[in-house]
Amino acid sequence: MPETLKENTADASAPTAAVPAPAVEVGKARSLWSDAWHDLRRSPLFVVSAILIVFLLVIAIFPGLFTGADPRYADLAHHYLQKPKWGNFFQEDWFGYDIQGRSIYARVIYGARASITVAIVVTALVTVLGTVVGMLAGYFGGWIDTILSRVTDIFFGVPFILGAMVVLTSFEERHIWVVILALAFLGWTQIARVARGSVLTIKQADYVMAAKALGASTSRILLRHILPNAIAPVIVVATIALGGYISAEASLSFLGIGLAEPTVSWGVDISSGQEQLRNAPFVLIIPSVMVSITVLAFIMLGDAVRNALDPKLR
Amino acid sequence: MGRYVARRLLQMIPVFLGSTMLVFAMMYALPGDPVRALAGEQTVDPTQIAAMKKDLGLDLPLWHQYWNYLTGLFQGDFGTQIASGRPVADIISESFPVTVRLALFAFIFTVVVGISMGVFAGLKADTLRDRGLLVLTLLLISVPSFVLGFLGQYFFAFQLGWVQPNVSLEANFSELVLPAVVLGSLSLAYVARLTRTSVAENLRSDYMRTAVAKGLPRRRIIGVHLMRNSMIPVVTFLGTDLGSLLGGAVITEGIFNVKGVGSAVFDALRHREGATVVGIVTLIVVVYLAASLIVDLLYAVLDPRIRYA
Repeated sequence: MPETLKENTADASAPTAAVPAPAVEVGKARSLWSDAWHDLRRSPLFVVSAILIVFLLVIAIFPGLFTGADPRYADLAHHYLQKPKWGNFFQEDWFGYDIQGRSIYARVIYGARASITVAIVVTALVTVLGTVVGMLAGYFGGWIDTILSRVTDIFFGVPFILGAMVVLTSFEERHIWVVILALAFLGWTQIARVARGSVLTIKQADYVMAAKALGASTSRILLRHILPNAIAPVIVVATIALGGYISAEASLSFLGIGLAEPTVSWGVDISSGQEQLRNAPFVLIIPSVMVSITVLAFIMLGDAVRNALDPKLR
Repeated sequence: MGRYVARRLLQMIPVFLGSTMLVFAMMYALPGDPVRALAGEQTVDPTQIAAMKKDLGLDLPLWHQYWNYLTGLFQGDFGTQIASGRPVADIISESFPVTVRLALFAFIFTVVVGISMGVFAGLKADTLRDRGLLVLTLLLISVPSFVLGFLGQYFFAFQLGWVQPNVSLEANFSELVLPAVVLGSLSLAYVARLTRTSVAENLRSDYMRTAVAKGLPRRRIIGVHLMRNSMIPVVTFLGTDLGSLLGGAVITEGIFNVKGVGSAVFDALRHREGATVVGIVTLIVVVYLAASLIVDLLYAVLDPRIRYA
């Protein structure tokens, strides 16, 4: 790839030519990312997962586009556990009705928002917190590293679901933000470990030494030089974790300690569907399939991004 | 080696203290009052509540309560449940073995099936069977374990009638098969993938070519030369996995109604029984720490180049 070559030579000559550091870094970062993007577009895994995710996001943002039915409207008299009509595409009765006579299709469409919001916000919080902790520990080393690494170990040692149970049971009203904060509070350790490891190798790089020699401030080195180069493995782990949080939200709601009615979410519906597993399995299976498809989409995306960013792993 | 183990054990102390303290602080910092909960909906004289709290040591500041708890713990005392008056040790010795059995069963399933699947696929990388395995593991990772649990329950218990939908109090070996498979399925997928990648990579290494060139039997090449080197990343994963299986068992136990740690923690949380929750989580943390130490020691067995200073 001649493009990359050219940019690399520009890079090497940059310090002597006293080109301002940011320009060089942006150029280098772009070459890694544009290279990855080049690979990604050709990966069927990425194309399939990206289409799925865009579709799911559209559902989450504009549920009204997909159904005119109200997910909270219950007609017990006419629709009690009515079986799905598989031929009625996108109709209210497509996936049948639940025990309260509510359209499962409408609930599945409207449930996307809560589940996906939880996953995305938790991932964002966890990525920021984990990257900051990991970067500080990896870059400064010494006692800062010792303390931050031990704190990470401590949070890592607490079992995730059990810890979330402890936090969540004490809230009477489990608003979506409570669930998000509980998951983020316990979930940041993996990112922190990955970020720390990544920073440990990056900080030995020549361009970091060069920046130091040129008298760049610590914050500048961290934000301009270390962060863009150390972030790739973090992004991979975060993408895969996003799928994990979708299923964590559903698992907690299933245990009765995640989101709760009147919030419409896949986990809430799976939880209420388990009562009728024996005579009306579709009530549980349809939201479960939605959860699985969403998790699958994000895990496939994570796999594709990892392949693109780290060709060694292929 | 001895020095290394000693150092690792010393390093465990702050992690152990920190994790228990974290759960302890979460239990006590959050709203809810175990003594008040005793009375239910009735109104109780506040002085009575205060007297009872003083009796139980619940009026002390957090650090003092934690200190009392820790000193008790080191004398083998897990504390007493406030509502039932039963020692927490009793509750743990009732519920913990069930969960450990379930988790160990799932662990063995993960190791045996996961590694065999990984080797099976890795030996013929990029063939049809390898692709098939990748798709299967992708599915196992995507379907949340409780969904797998319900599907298993629906097909094997309700439709086929092969197993009982709920596990009895004794939690027999045969009853735990389905829950263990469900619990282990996620780890199984990771183990299979890790093994597959590792085996496929090591197949191309020089020592493999040497082993083949020496004319060693195929069984020895794969069983000794390839496996030993390919197991390092897998063993790393398995080390943290036992702890997460114990923690994740909560969900599986909920589906199959296993009376293990999960239901004990649930009951305790409902009554704000701090000592029970902290005790159980502490034990899981200890298992996790011990498992990660064993893994680190196993490295030297698998790869003699790794030395402990």
